Amino acid sequence: MLQAANNLKINGGEMASGYNKNVRKKPIGKMIFMGIVSIALYAELLLNQDVINSNFGKGGMYAFLPIITAFVFSYFHGAFTGSFWTVLGIKAAKKKKEVK
Amino acid sequence: MHDVVGALTNFVDLDAMKIAYLFFVGFVGGLVSGFIGSGGAFVLTPAMMSLGVPGLVAVASNMCHKFPKALVGAIKRAKYGQVDVKIGIVLGISAEAGVLYGAHIQENIKKAFGDAGSNLYVSAAFVVILAIVGGFVLRDALKTYKSGNTSEEEKVTKLAKWVQSVNIPGTMVYFKSLDARISVLFTIPLGFATGMLAATIAVGGFIGVPAMIYVLGAPSLMASASELVIAFVMGMGGSFKFALHGLVDIRLAMIILAGSLFGIQLGAIGTTYVKPFMIKMVMGVIMVIVLFSRALMVPVYLSQLGLIQPLSEGIITLLKNTSFIIMILALFSGAFIVIKSIWSGLMAERKMSKEVLKHGEA
Repeated sequence: MLQAANNLKINGGEMASGYNKNVRKKPIGKMIFMGIVSIALYAELLLNQDVINSNFGKGGMYAFLPIITAFVFSYFHGAFTGSFWTVLGIKAAKKKKEVK
Repeated sequence: MHDVVGALTNFVDLDAMKIAYLFFVGFVGGLVSGFIGSGGAFVLTPAMMSLGVPGLVAVASNMCHKFPKALVGAIKRAKYGQVDVKIGIVLGISAEAGVLYGAHIQENIKKAFGDAGSNLYVSAAFVVILAIVGGFVLRDALKTYKSGNTSEEEKVTKLAKWVQSVNIPGTMVYFKSLDARISVLFTIPLGFATGMLAATIAVGGFIGVPAMIYVLGAPSLMASASELVIAFVMGMGGSFKFALHGLVDIRLAMIILAGSLFGIQLGAIGTTYVKPFMIKMVMGVIMVIVLFSRALMVPVYLSQLGLIQPLSEGIITLLKNTSFIIMILALFSGAFIVIKSIWSGLMAERKMSKEVLKHGEA
């Protein structure tokens, strides 16, 4: 009985410290940095639509332009959105499902 | 050169409303696609078309947002142990071949019948495939739901058992998601079909995911996660092919990407809170609703092509609006199911950890 109570205490303690750790670990700095870079990228894209349309629509070797753009945007914006949800506290279920 | 000129005149003007709309649709598309492995496209392609983007540019731009989105989603779900990279790559490579072939078909249709022809083809393909696959997936999910055994492990279909039992020396590959060896002679045609569909109507996933589940015998969580790897492999190749002809509207692609990266992360998180049959349920529900939305547009394109009596302006507007509303309904139904699952999962988890803490203090 005592053992069980101790176990619970340990578990509870771990959970509490784990929770605190998560609070500390919230990637707020990363979110802000990646957010600023994302906004800058989108501003660039939408403010220069004419130039971008005429070059990206040329085809041929210009086909690399949209591909590279997609990777750059996904890197910065993907990191931003990932930390955004973590900062909001929306994370995967702690108990991982048994997946065969 | 012809393509380039055609494409430039095809790029629509974007105002704040259109941007907000695409962002929002991208978010919901991403949410669904993070959850079921595909599904952004069958909402996004029609959404772009409803803004006046021609079918082919919509397909090309959609594909160009898909591969970076799939990459982000696959990395996220790999962290949860749901991705079978090997099956993703093996199917992805054959899908790539299908993409090249499918893109070729699309270009020929556009050359021969113009924008209305390519719009009609995209819509008709949507209707036929959504009816068959969507109906089947939904029936399966409902059967599981009605049986009451929703927590039970998914059963491998008879077909998949047979496929797994066939031994063709020299072609056998082991896949961890199936926990079995399968001949690549089975995976190649499935991948090809997935890619061909992806290139022609921008949706490969709803052939790819059900094929992995029902034909190869993968659990739905792993099938939907591995589909993201296929989507990345073929999406990149397909985007490049379309971009060679100047068909990608990068503004559309990136605006949708902006919303969908928020969505895909949330959808991926959602999969860790649900029972596997929910994936099939969401997939089936959305596919069947979108089917009706696209079906309403078929007469409009038919009349544009002069294949039926011309429709009056009033009827065309009515059809377009109804189609649009039904599509929004599909979007919201999928998003609602995913968000509700995450919410109830989070609440249950918080309640549990509070109880543990309480016990700990006592």
